[in-house]
Amino acid sequence: MSPLVHGAAYGVVIVSALLTVIAFGIWFERKFAGRMQSRLGPTIVGPVGLFQPLADVVKLLQKEDIVPKDADRHLFDIAPILAALCSLGAAAVVPFSSSMVAADLDIGVLYVLGIGGLMVIPTFCAGWASNNKFALLGAMRAIAQSVSYGVPLVLSVLVPVILAGSMSVSGIVAWQSTHHWVAVWPIIPGLPAFFLFFLAMLAESNRIPFDIPEAESELVAGVTTEYTGAKFVLFYMAEYVHTLVGSALGAALFFGGWDGPFAPGLHWMVAKTLAIFVVVYWVRWSLLRLRADQLMDLCWKRLTPIGVALVLLAAAWVQYGPEGAR
Amino acid sequence: MHVQSAGRGRVDPHASVRSYDPEADMMLLHFGPQHPSTHGVFRMDLYLDGEIVVKATPYLGYLHRAVEKLCEKLTYTQSTPIVDKNDYVSPMCNEQALNMAFEKLLGIEVPRRARWIRTIFAELQRIASHLLWLGTFGLDLGGALGGGSTLFLHCFRERELILDLFEDVTGARFHYNTHTIGGNRHDLPAGWNAKVKAALATIESRLPEYEAMSLANSIFVARTKGVGRLDGELALELGITGPILRASGVDHDLRRDAPYHAYDEMEVRVAVARGGDCLARAEVRFAELRESIRLTRSAIDGVPEGPICGFKPIRQPTQVKATSGQVYAALESPRGELGTFLIAGGDTPTSPYRLKIRPPSLHALSAIPYILPGYTVSDAVAILGSLDPIMGEVDR
Repeated sequence: MSPLVHGAAYGVVIVSALLTVIAFGIWFERKFAGRMQSRLGPTIVGPVGLFQPLADVVKLLQKEDIVPKDADRHLFDIAPILAALCSLGAAAVVPFSSSMVAADLDIGVLYVLGIGGLMVIPTFCAGWASNNKFALLGAMRAIAQSVSYGVPLVLSVLVPVILAGSMSVSGIVAWQSTHHWVAVWPIIPGLPAFFLFFLAMLAESNRIPFDIPEAESELVAGVTTEYTGAKFVLFYMAEYVHTLVGSALGAALFFGGWDGPFAPGLHWMVAKTLAIFVVVYWVRWSLLRLRADQLMDLCWKRLTPIGVALVLLAAAWVQYGPEGAR
Repeated sequence: MHVQSAGRGRVDPHASVRSYDPEADMMLLHFGPQHPSTHGVFRMDLYLDGEIVVKATPYLGYLHRAVEKLCEKLTYTQSTPIVDKNDYVSPMCNEQALNMAFEKLLGIEVPRRARWIRTIFAELQRIASHLLWLGTFGLDLGGALGGGSTLFLHCFRERELILDLFEDVTGARFHYNTHTIGGNRHDLPAGWNAKVKAALATIESRLPEYEAMSLANSIFVARTKGVGRLDGELALELGITGPILRASGVDHDLRRDAPYHAYDEMEVRVAVARGGDCLARAEVRFAELRESIRLTRSAIDGVPEGPICGFKPIRQPTQVKATSGQVYAALESPRGELGTFLIAGGDTPTSPYRLKIRPPSLHALSAIPYILPGYTVSDAVAILGSLDPIMGEVDR
């Protein structure tokens, strides 16, 4: 099978699987948040409200497509499409089992970081093109945030890369299945690196406590203030895909991906991904939001030095660690 | 009265933005009235340099309903339900403030039992109001799609308990119309004491959870500490009262300093904090929550027997008449000094010639041009939330 056909076939499968998971992820999040807030969550549409996300999508797609006066029409239209592409594109290199990966790139980690970092461009396009001051402020915040969390994100991902000696996501998982999970052993650069990755991932996917570009109590809805209907759905979906792919990467890079006993690899990968996904929700519905300058302070003054130290520790482990264990 | 200075340079709210920095590329942001976190229909014009607020100008009046004029047109007995809608988070206090002024004008003695019941209502209302403040402050800091809404809904769950208690007495959950000239309209139903105690126990047992989500949470502290500093002197100059004044280090509380209702028979421990920032305001309100629970608990068993109204039953709206007189009566509402000034007489003896309501929130909002500059847009939302403005009573 040629790589192109392989990629296209897997792409279709993974994108449809992701979107299905996200539809029910939204249902799960609303139920989960409801229980945390001593209410029921959706109950009306379908059994236990299971079809609520479908109803929401249908409702949103029916909405009038409003473009503000004096908006930059082309940028305004293309931004949500770019956002969806960037977030879905990152899923290409995520290995869902030892053989189930759309494109097993040698530089998969670099690719994922790059395409994840690209997300800021559609976000800024949207904020700039909306001709809305709240959207513009959100866009400015998104850029400042992207510059800040990018460094700790790269540093945290470098730890498994150095330990496994590979930049391919599948390669890192394969190494973990023969050695140890990165988050488990060596525990000192491994587990802190995962926490660093988790925080940076929250920032990258605009989740509380770092949902600063959206910040609906301050900026109404940030960059998406002027978006309605299908375009808003694309932004909303991009955010969820981003979170889900981020969780999948966390599972693959730090918790051995498809590695696990008794069950097929795919099951393990999905279980680990969803476990991280749930923690994201849990954090989201329990914490308040940081301020933009506090996020930058956290990223530059605390997370970045910690990241550098972890990378150095990982390098030292590879060089000087006990022969059998590394 | 001891004044503690929080030590921050005074901002001139009337200075033109042009005089700040002619090179700065400033943005004028219309913040409200249709903004999700302006607590109703408040509007500010924020001049921003990047995200820093350079100048803030508040605009009021989007919820003006001419309540004072209505009170001048309606008779004395008809205006109580109108003022219910002023501070719609603590309607009991509005009714009490209005009727206290009428009673003072007419020289009517309120029976002891009615005064105790009023005290209990006022304290329960304070608990409900502060709970609602905490919830909406969470929304301001954490957003409707996050931890803020968790705090919000939990606070609302507890507030429901108090609304249920009021419903048991008055039949209404929100706009009670239970106070009348000379006392109360509704007596406490049988078994109400036990319900109050149960509700208070529930609320008290859950307060530590809210503290864990707010005062003990490092993100909450990072967002509120040092934000929106207001020194006591400025607060006094602006006429700010209530928890905001006490958070700025001024020990002033009408419940203790000018007792009304049955407060002269109780010991009110006034909570004071020195910080003058949003965190101090939160601390003061938390302390007041506990104090109100303690006061209600101690008062609930001591309600004396007797009549609940010291005035003859009202049979027709024009029954109460006053031809002259000028009074001011004030009480400590959850937001500060809620006063009613009224001049009797004029063409119709059955209604006031002039009635002026002094809402604490209006004075709290007057601090905005002084304390917002220098902070970011995010802080502006936090500061506005910490002032706990209720636009219904600001605009009336």
